[in-house]
Amino acid sequence: MRGSGVGDRLIALFLLGVLLFSPPALAIFSVDATVSGIPVLYAYLFAAWIGLIALLAFVLRSRRADLPGADRTPGGGNAS
Amino acid sequence: MMQPWLIVTAAFGYLCLLFAVAYWADKRADAGRSVVASPYIYALSIAVYCTAWTFYGSVGRAAAGGADFLPIYLGPTLAAVLWWHVLRKMLRISKNNRITSIADFVASRYGKSHLLGGLVTIVAVIVIMPYIALQLKGVSTSFNVLLRYPDIVMPSAVGRQPIFEDTALYVAALMAAFAMLYGTRHIDVTERHEGMVAAIAFESTVKLIAFLCLGAFVTFVMFDGFDDIFARAAERPDVKRLFTSVGTSGLGGWVTLTLLSMAAILFLPRQFQVAVVENVDERHLEKAAWLFPLYLVAINIFVVPLAIAGLLTFAPDTVDGDMFVLALPISERQGWLALIAFIGGLSAATGMVIVETIALSTMVCNDLVMPILLRIRALRLTERGDLTRMLLVIRRCSIVFVLFLGYLYFHFIGGSYALVSIGLLSFAAVAQLAPAIIGGMYWKGGTRIGALGGLSAGFLMWIYTLLLPSFVRSGWLPHSFLSDGPWGIALLRPEALFGLEGMDNLSHALFWSMIANVGLYVGLSLATGQTLTERIQATRFVEIFQQPDTGDRTRLWRGSASFKDLYSLVARFIGKPHAEQSFASYAADHGIDLAKLVRADAELVNFTERLLAGAIGAASARVMVASVVKGENVSIDEVMKILDEASQVIEYSRQLEEKSRALEAASAELRAANLRLRELDRLKDDFLATVTHELRTPLTSIRSFSEILHDNPNLSVEQRREFLAIVIKESERLTRLINQVLDLARIEAGRFDWQIGAVDVRELVLEAMAATKQLFRERNVTIQADLPPELPPVHADRDRLMQVVINLLSNAVKFSPAGTGLVNVTIREWRHGLEVRVADNGPGISRENQQIIFEKFRQVGDLMTGKPAGSGLGLAISRRIVEHFGGRIWVESEPGQGATFAFLIPFAEPLPAAAS
Repeated sequence: MRGSGVGDRLIALFLLGVLLFSPPALAIFSVDATVSGIPVLYAYLFAAWIGLIALLAFVLRSRRADLPGADRTPGGGNAS
Repeated sequence: MMQPWLIVTAAFGYLCLLFAVAYWADKRADAGRSVVASPYIYALSIAVYCTAWTFYGSVGRAAAGGADFLPIYLGPTLAAVLWWHVLRKMLRISKNNRITSIADFVASRYGKSHLLGGLVTIVAVIVIMPYIALQLKGVSTSFNVLLRYPDIVMPSAVGRQPIFEDTALYVAALMAAFAMLYGTRHIDVTERHEGMVAAIAFESTVKLIAFLCLGAFVTFVMFDGFDDIFARAAERPDVKRLFTSVGTSGLGGWVTLTLLSMAAILFLPRQFQVAVVENVDERHLEKAAWLFPLYLVAINIFVVPLAIAGLLTFAPDTVDGDMFVLALPISERQGWLALIAFIGGLSAATGMVIVETIALSTMVCNDLVMPILLRIRALRLTERGDLTRMLLVIRRCSIVFVLFLGYLYFHFIGGSYALVSIGLLSFAAVAQLAPAIIGGMYWKGGTRIGALGGLSAGFLMWIYTLLLPSFVRSGWLPHSFLSDGPWGIALLRPEALFGLEGMDNLSHALFWSMIANVGLYVGLSLATGQTLTERIQATRFVEIFQQPDTGDRTRLWRGSASFKDLYSLVARFIGKPHAEQSFASYAADHGIDLAKLVRADAELVNFTERLLAGAIGAASARVMVASVVKGENVSIDEVMKILDEASQVIEYSRQLEEKSRALEAASAELRAANLRLRELDRLKDDFLATVTHELRTPLTSIRSFSEILHDNPNLSVEQRREFLAIVIKESERLTRLINQVLDLARIEAGRFDWQIGAVDVRELVLEAMAATKQLFRERNVTIQADLPPELPPVHADRDRLMQVVINLLSNAVKFSPAGTGLVNVTIREWRHGLEVRVADNGPGISRENQQIIFEKFRQVGDLMTGKPAGSGLGLAISRRIVEHFGGRIWVESEPGQGATFAFLIPFAEPLPAAAS
């Protein structure tokens, strides 16, 4: 597995999430304007939300790619 | 007017479908083809988080406070990012310890404490019961609104109904039946209910589809897409304010809601039930961790459009925001859509009620009723026969009890503020479990007393700052309690405790309750000790990932238990077939023949305890096993042995660490030594090369002159004499060289025979001057001496020191110009020793050469005169001699102004810092 472990990446992602939904970030986007018809605040909140979930899925799936053995049933290990 | 029978049939039909799904899933499970063993079902079952309160209430919150509804879903999303750390650990712990409820989890962590398990159960029941009532209220209200179709009449105008006409009662009864059927079908060692999980996943799908249908209809049929809704809202200032609003309680409230919902998704009894207890495979978590947040996004996409559409459609204050979901399709005369919305709300409510009731009944049975029954000796419970039936009855009774209480709560105080606000209130109460659970999972030092203290204090603070104010708003307490404080003490006002004002009441309550909770938990934990069981459980919880999967290796159970006793104990609680099956698989795993087994070893006793824990909770299982195992509790000797083993392991690992450190140091030393050896080897090679070269020069001249003498017999006598004199001189040089090489080798090898004694340096210098007198005369060099009359003796070998002085004098003569040469010899007395200086007025030595002339075979003279003026060993030997006596030798010189060689020899007592 290259780079940091999945655990560290998830912690980093959590901190990113805290940052995205923190009051200062909301204060920035709480403006009277629209993005293609949708108020900036809601556009931002849903975009950040979906983005965070996409990253989360990516991190958790990359773990599976890194460790193909993780998918096998436990106890099925041969003597090798 | 919509026909009541249509609504009733739809609702009843839906619930029947639920039973069918559960029945089908249970049959499949019995056939060994589980339908719930999938991350998708797992994620959908976790979506039981979205209740009727959120199904109807989200739109209401959005209509009142804009983005205010979002933190309740953003918190779980953030928590899901951490699931891989936290929930995975909870799962592993619960599987290894056969934990079946959140109360069991806390009790098990803190030494299988009855008291703590009971406390958590009581807190949960007090907090969750109104929450269940809220769901029933949601069902009842939506039913009544739908009944008035196509009029829109708010439930507040409906008034209380007679009990037997109340839909909520029938819904509650059906839910109780469902929970009893699929929640307590049998007493299982794992407490998993596949039928229930399948039904919950089905309900989550239904409520999502219902909400999406409604949202799509309102957004794309009633309006012309998202931008149309927002564009029309922008024309109404009172609606437009929602665009930038993050809630009625501001940004502080936003943070509080996020934190509370993060705790709720992990610690609400129903969430624990579906996410931990009902989990089939730990690896499902990886997919569910992003599928579940995705579900939350999907169910929230249309919340804001619905809220705005409601505000635009209805005149202000005619329709409750919480009822927009139903009122919008009704206003458009879409009867079927309204019915779908009603079914969606119904599925959200029933899903929550089912899981919550089953979770609470497990807790009430295992952590409240069983411990009490076991304590009552008169019942002789430990000696009774089959207890499976009794367990089932207790659970079924608690299901009915919980639901009935929830219904009564709704029926009698359904319209009160206390009920409406209970959703968030219960989140705040459940958050009180966070310190004890999170602390217990990551900090071994948390103790039972600490957890008890923290939890009680936090809960009391919650009652004071949240529950009592909600009673005031319901009119059950005088308003002065809030405005003036109890007994008129302003400092104790529940929503401005100790003068803390300016926060919304939820943040205020969270602040004070967490201060009390965490403070007492940490403080008492630090102040009190742990019992042995507590310590073992703490280690098993905190270090769960460092332990083998089979778990219990601690040997808390000792002594003699007969296998027969254990078997009958298990059979009494989980039934004979199950017991037989469990023990058979244990025997197969461990290669034991059960028929021959008489005495159970510690591992089997532990296995039995865990088996029982699944059925009756950890704390009760402990008591039951204790009643069978004779000489049960670990003796002091055993404890000491366990501790000894632990400390031995620690000691061993410490020793290993030290050894590896020592090894590292040794290998570094070896490396350095190796380097030094190689350097010495190189020096030796150089030395040999130089020595052979130095030896060859005189040898060549001896040989060539001898050959001339041999080949030319007719040489004149003078010539012969001259040649022979050269041969003799060169031989002498050769001898001297060999002697010097030998001297040097002996000194370097440390085999030189030193004759150390007190030496009078003045006398020694005079003698050396006398010995070299002839040399001076030959080259016509003047020598002057300035020697103090009285000098203390130094500590040295007289002959060797003489060698040094003679060497310096002969060098001085060699390099002084013939005729005008002047050599000065002086002795100076210092505090530590004597300094002998020999100065000449020769060509001097350049600065870079001043160091190397003391090395072997380094001659400077030959650079200037073109031929070697010595062996090149004299100064090297001198330096070694002087350094051997603890002194040093050096040269001071400027090119063209002569050179002064000097050495310092310490007095009779040795000098601490020897060589330079």
